[in-house]
Amino acid sequence: MTDQVVAPGTAAVVSEERVARGIRSSRGTVLAVRVAWGLAGVAAVIAVWELYKFFGPADGVTVGGDGSAGSGVILLPRTHDRAMPHVWEMIARMFAPTSGGDTPPLVVSVAAAAGTTLGLAALGWLIGVVVGSLLGVAMQRWRLVEAGLLPWIVVSQIVPLIAFAPVVNAIGTQVDRSGFPWPPWLSVALIASYLAFFPVAIGMLRGLSAPDALHLDLMRATSAGWWQTLVRLRLPAAVPHLLPALRLAAASAVVGAVVAEVSIGLRGGIGRMLIQLAGQASSDPAAPWAPTFGTVVMGLVAAGGVALIGVALHRFRRGEDTA
Amino acid sequence: MTISSDLAVRASGIGKVFPSAGGEVTALTGVELEVAAGEFVSLIGPSGCGKSTLLRLIADLDSATSGDLTLYGKTARRARLDQDYGIAFQQAALLPWLTVAANIALPLDLHRWPKARRDARGAELAELVGLTDFTGRYPDQLSGGMQQRVAIARSLAAQPKLLLMDEPFGALDEMTRERLQSELARIAAETGAAVVFVTHSIPEAVFLSDRVVVMSPRPGRITDVIDTRPGRPRDEALRESPEFFARVTAVREALHGAPVLRANER
Repeated sequence: MTDQVVAPGTAAVVSEERVARGIRSSRGTVLAVRVAWGLAGVAAVIAVWELYKFFGPADGVTVGGDGSAGSGVILLPRTHDRAMPHVWEMIARMFAPTSGGDTPPLVVSVAAAAGTTLGLAALGWLIGVVVGSLLGVAMQRWRLVEAGLLPWIVVSQIVPLIAFAPVVNAIGTQVDRSGFPWPPWLSVALIASYLAFFPVAIGMLRGLSAPDALHLDLMRATSAGWWQTLVRLRLPAAVPHLLPALRLAAASAVVGAVVAEVSIGLRGGIGRMLIQLAGQASSDPAAPWAPTFGTVVMGLVAAGGVALIGVALHRFRRGEDTA
Repeated sequence: MTISSDLAVRASGIGKVFPSAGGEVTALTGVELEVAAGEFVSLIGPSGCGKSTLLRLIADLDSATSGDLTLYGKTARRARLDQDYGIAFQQAALLPWLTVAANIALPLDLHRWPKARRDARGAELAELVGLTDFTGRYPDQLSGGMQQRVAIARSLAAQPKLLLMDEPFGALDEMTRERLQSELARIAAETGAAVVFVTHSIPEAVFLSDRVVVMSPRPGRITDVIDTRPGRPRDEALRESPEFFARVTAVREALHGAPVLRANER
């Protein structure tokens, strides 16, 4: 009986358990190794920073300067404490009051600002996913739409965001003036979605075209219509293509939200905070690093959120190993 | 003489031309074929003889360039929309994210059968193909032979009066193949469905079929039809009987005669 699974006899169960345990422990080892490599990476960055700060010249290396401040081409950056604060100073600054006196610790302000921005990025991501998905479906459905739209979708990503953001905000203001309320944060979410929709549209188009001809024949032979084929075959088959697109969209949405905040000057988010603290860097050099780390954490949270979606959709990532 | 609505498949003057870069390619020409209800007919022939194309035309996965094709008196398109046939391919083509039970019941699900009826029919089919203990598994946990059984069960789901099978055992090893052949013979007899079965294998065609249709390439056409109805049950003993070998020889000669015929035609 070549095509029967071995009946789970005692011996088989024992060996299966042993194998399962082996897999589990090796999975644990793999995870530990990954975490170790991650930590080693962070440690290496800190080490490089501190070593350069220790060995590098305090005023950096400049070529062709006339001696006045800011002249010449900087080859190596300055290492004095205003330009490169120690890593521990950055950390200590996070727990000091935001702007002196009784103000809350900087890390709390950063967390609040990051939360605001992350919310806007999430909204932008959601809009981007919806719009990108619809575009992907339309492009898959009608070849003509793909031919007409795809080049524009690619071109749309070449427009520099920093120039594009004020335009969106200006349009929003016009809409607001004509009676439909348009809060400034909506502009930020929209700009974030402008970056987020792109990978989703492309991933959706590729994913929806992924099913085998055989599966499509099967759906047709079962007299399934376009909608049934989409929902029952194309969308599930698109999941493996869609997950990396969603992750990319999340990262793009975070970048888009931060840049948009800076560009249109929205208060309360981490983009604005970053600019503000960077402006005060000569007197408080460690401070801008707190929101910088905040954006890194935001990116990780966004990517982690998408990873959770991947776990939820695990069923659709099964491969049909043997035909 | 049977009236056409009693015939599972009635094809007359079927031609299929594919446009291609170097001009048109005639895949099929002048195909005349009648398959009676409950009859098992195999299409056999070398690659490029159009046997799979003919099956795809019957299934309305492609449309004929010329000729007239009906399934139980309906057009191929109507028959497809009415789910008058079930189909199985060389690859099982199971959906990897569905369990065995869900894969078997997929056609029923697509036609919005109520869940209770769907489950009952699914269980029945799983039993028919001997997979009752595996209904909760996913396709990647099954062997190739088991996947193909799921595909066969799925093709039978809506109780079709006609089964279309395109080399369903082509990718399997010989032992699995023979066992599934015996199962298919039993299933076809139990369900009373007509079967159009495409294959490369002469013994497979002879073992399963009431008639074997021999086809020949360039252009794809029917060159011979051989009656292989055994006067006995289709069991393992049949495979070793002299009449079986005689019919295998007859089909082989019909197949190998084709090139000579082609040479004469030139």
